Amino acid sequence: MTATIDTGVPDAAIPPGPLAEKWENHKFSVKLVNPNNKRRFTIIVVGTGLAGASAAASLGELGYRVKAFTFHDSARRAHSIAAQGGINAAKNYKNDGDSVFRLFYDTIKGGDYRSREANVYRLAEVSGNIIDQATAQGVPFAREYGGLLDNRSFGGAQVSRTFYARGQTGQQLLLGAYQALARQVAAGTVELICRNEMLDVVVDDGRAVGIVSRDLLTGEVQRHGGHAVVLATGGYGNVYYLSTNAMNCNVTAIWRAHRRGALFANPCYTQIHPTCIPPSEEFQSKLTLMSESLRNDGRIWAPQQAGDTRPPDQVPEAERDHFLERKYPAFGNLVPRDVASRNAKKVVDEGRGVGPLRNGVYLDFSDAIARDGREAIAAKYGNLFDMYHRITDEDPYQAPMRIYPASHYTMGGLWVDYNLMTSVPGLYAIGEANFSDHGANRLGASALMQGLADGYFVLPYTIGDYLAGFLGDPVPDPASRTFDQVEGEATDRLQRLLSIKGTHSVEWFHRELGKVVWDQVGMERSREGLEKALQEIPALEEQFAKDVKVLGTDRGLNQALEQANRVADFFELAKLLARDALEREESCGGHFRVEHQTPEGEAQRDDERFAHVAAWRWNGPDRPHGRLVEDLDFENVQMTQRSYK
Amino acid sequence: MSEITVTVKVWRQQGPDDEGGFEVHEVGGVSTDMSFLEMLDLLNERLTDSDVEPIAFDHDCREGICGSCGVMINGRAHGPEDTTACQLHMRSFGDGDTLVVEPWRAGGFPVIRDLVVDRSAFDLIVESGGFISVNTGSAPDANLTPVPQTVAEEAFNAAACIGCGACVAACPNSAAQLFTAAKLAHLNLLPQGQAEHWRRTEAMVETMEQFFGSCTFHGECHEACPKDISLDFITDMNHDYLLAKVKNRKLAGQLYP
Repeated sequence: MTATIDTGVPDAAIPPGPLAEKWENHKFSVKLVNPNNKRRFTIIVVGTGLAGASAAASLGELGYRVKAFTFHDSARRAHSIAAQGGINAAKNYKNDGDSVFRLFYDTIKGGDYRSREANVYRLAEVSGNIIDQATAQGVPFAREYGGLLDNRSFGGAQVSRTFYARGQTGQQLLLGAYQALARQVAAGTVELICRNEMLDVVVDDGRAVGIVSRDLLTGEVQRHGGHAVVLATGGYGNVYYLSTNAMNCNVTAIWRAHRRGALFANPCYTQIHPTCIPPSEEFQSKLTLMSESLRNDGRIWAPQQAGDTRPPDQVPEAERDHFLERKYPAFGNLVPRDVASRNAKKVVDEGRGVGPLRNGVYLDFSDAIARDGREAIAAKYGNLFDMYHRITDEDPYQAPMRIYPASHYTMGGLWVDYNLMTSVPGLYAIGEANFSDHGANRLGASALMQGLADGYFVLPYTIGDYLAGFLGDPVPDPASRTFDQVEGEATDRLQRLLSIKGTHSVEWFHRELGKVVWDQVGMERSREGLEKALQEIPALEEQFAKDVKVLGTDRGLNQALEQANRVADFFELAKLLARDALEREESCGGHFRVEHQTPEGEAQRDDERFAHVAAWRWNGPDRPHGRLVEDLDFENVQMTQRSYK
Repeated sequence: MSEITVTVKVWRQQGPDDEGGFEVHEVGGVSTDMSFLEMLDLLNERLTDSDVEPIAFDHDCREGICGSCGVMINGRAHGPEDTTACQLHMRSFGDGDTLVVEPWRAGGFPVIRDLVVDRSAFDLIVESGGFISVNTGSAPDANLTPVPQTVAEEAFNAAACIGCGACVAACPNSAAQLFTAAKLAHLNLLPQGQAEHWRRTEAMVETMEQFFGSCTFHGECHEACPKDISLDFITDMNHDYLLAKVKNRKLAGQLYP
């Protein structure tokens, strides 16, 4: 009875048949759980963001018993709440040529041909249903004068398919899902446990049987049994320390699952978002996102000359380099994020950066304001402009915004099959926590789409297929020896962190790790830099193990202990991140290797050797990871060099 | 940008049953570009260095949208500006200023530790009716229900509430009318919310009353609110509540039969 699973080459379980029929056929072929039998199953859902809340609510509505966990004080605090710009759907309300196939195609292409066709097609297929569901829940999407839904354009698309609620779409979608969850809590189908953090997954008899978690208020380590476990714990962008993620976002839940046998796919596909407020100094705790939707109306530029420190209003038009418009006439400022980020970095590296620390480029609204009027711009972006003003003390209605890329989203995550199940039977991963759908680069407005697709319209169908096989089985017993073992290991880890009593705080170590990862495994990666990272990260990790200082005890609220546990996992992830980037000897999407670029400096893929998913297997703390490969077949799209010219 | 020194007089409390008390710390080398919470981070680093347990406080997004953060600064919820505490920057203070930092002060928000309070009563209010009952998959096409633009805008204004609790903390009566009214207005203004309009109003108001004080329309809530939620929503809620009682044929004033 081991608490870990040894997995081989993953089978994606893609249904046969034509692309457009796979999901319909699959829904018919999966086993169902009779409505009256659903209450005999307990499903654990960890994380209550868009994916987790929508899944927990939907599963509760179906009649399953759900135990949902969040480490926040309320389910509404999940970081999905901060998503700004919008959510894509193939409704074609604008009559401009959108369709399910086009959304599928744009997403596959935007992902630089590194995602599974079947998964992405399904995403496009259910996208319309998400808008319907959200609207019915009362999500206050923007409307046109006739009372119908409005759309805008987002990066990587030539149609207007993004639905939005001012610059707070994530907030409103999350509140819709949170409210649906609240209804199920009141109905008694969902038990919502707040201020409770998952520490580990329990694997027994070859499948997931529950979790070990910690009550963050009392410090008590607890056990929870379930017929299935769903992880909806978000992405690992905070490995860079400075990111647009919230301070508590972390990799622990999926990393622990990974150590128990869940393959981790494509960790090196991290997304750097092009438009964030540039850092001002050392003490900075995070970077603030300025929504991609701003690129609908803002024009990005930098001075033509290096070292030009004139204030923007003194730089005449002829001396302004609108570099995205210049290089990519067809898409202009709306090129996908990886393209925009790399170009901004290039400009700053050439010495043409703007701002007090010369570490940004301009996002200028003066033309849009002159064309549409200040009120129209305020109506669309008011809250974003206010946020920018507050943080920088500069008024974007008067002077151009300064922006620079920052870590924002992670396309990598736990490997899942077509049913969103990881390589550990009974363990599912949804939303940003899984690797699927976005390939090597996520398009704007598609994270919200994926999280809700997974939670509302995919998992509720696919989980039944697994559970049906366990009808009649009681909930796995949390008093078993395997639970004992996992709880013991979790408690030991916490005790060890407290016993080190070193000289540097957890924040200090997190900051130092972030610097290494940002420098060597950020927007541009090189063999030399990655090998350097693979020396520096383990050295820092060793130092952490001997020198981290965590005060207090594990009884009661101890935020430093919580962070220490998370940072310990970031070290391990960071090593895999660098290793994955080293092994993938090509450039695609968010993964750019300087050794593999076109003469024009664009990403150069190697479809011959790397049109596959790299799924990593944990082989223990002292042995290197194993790299397993899932080949990607593109039968419905032609792999071309991504061009946005 | 400049550097200032401030004196932070902060509430420390080991646990819910601990009596607690103020600690005073001088914090130098504070950049005026820092946010208030980054200043607390800095203080916490220094406390850790001197083997004093850091100050516990709720926070997450640092962008003013999640509603996790919230402290009283010199007696004002979220401090002197009209933002959340995480979006307050040290340029709002002068060199030598004293900042008295306390957790939300309200009976409905018991203190857990230091600046961390328990706001679970807000979730209970939402669970009592702050939703539109529509099972996943049963929704009609989104454009089937036109919503006049002005209605959508007003519903959004109400929906913008982040659930931080500043309204309760600022209120002399620790009432939660603004929070409850905002959620009610959001859902009750929309066509989608009409089927449950009256039931929702009654249930949420009566749940709110179990945990919080009574509203005597001071208006402190609106002043403290970082999202500028309108007092008009409270008026609407009061009107709707009375109507709900009439429609449900219960006598107003006899809340608990």
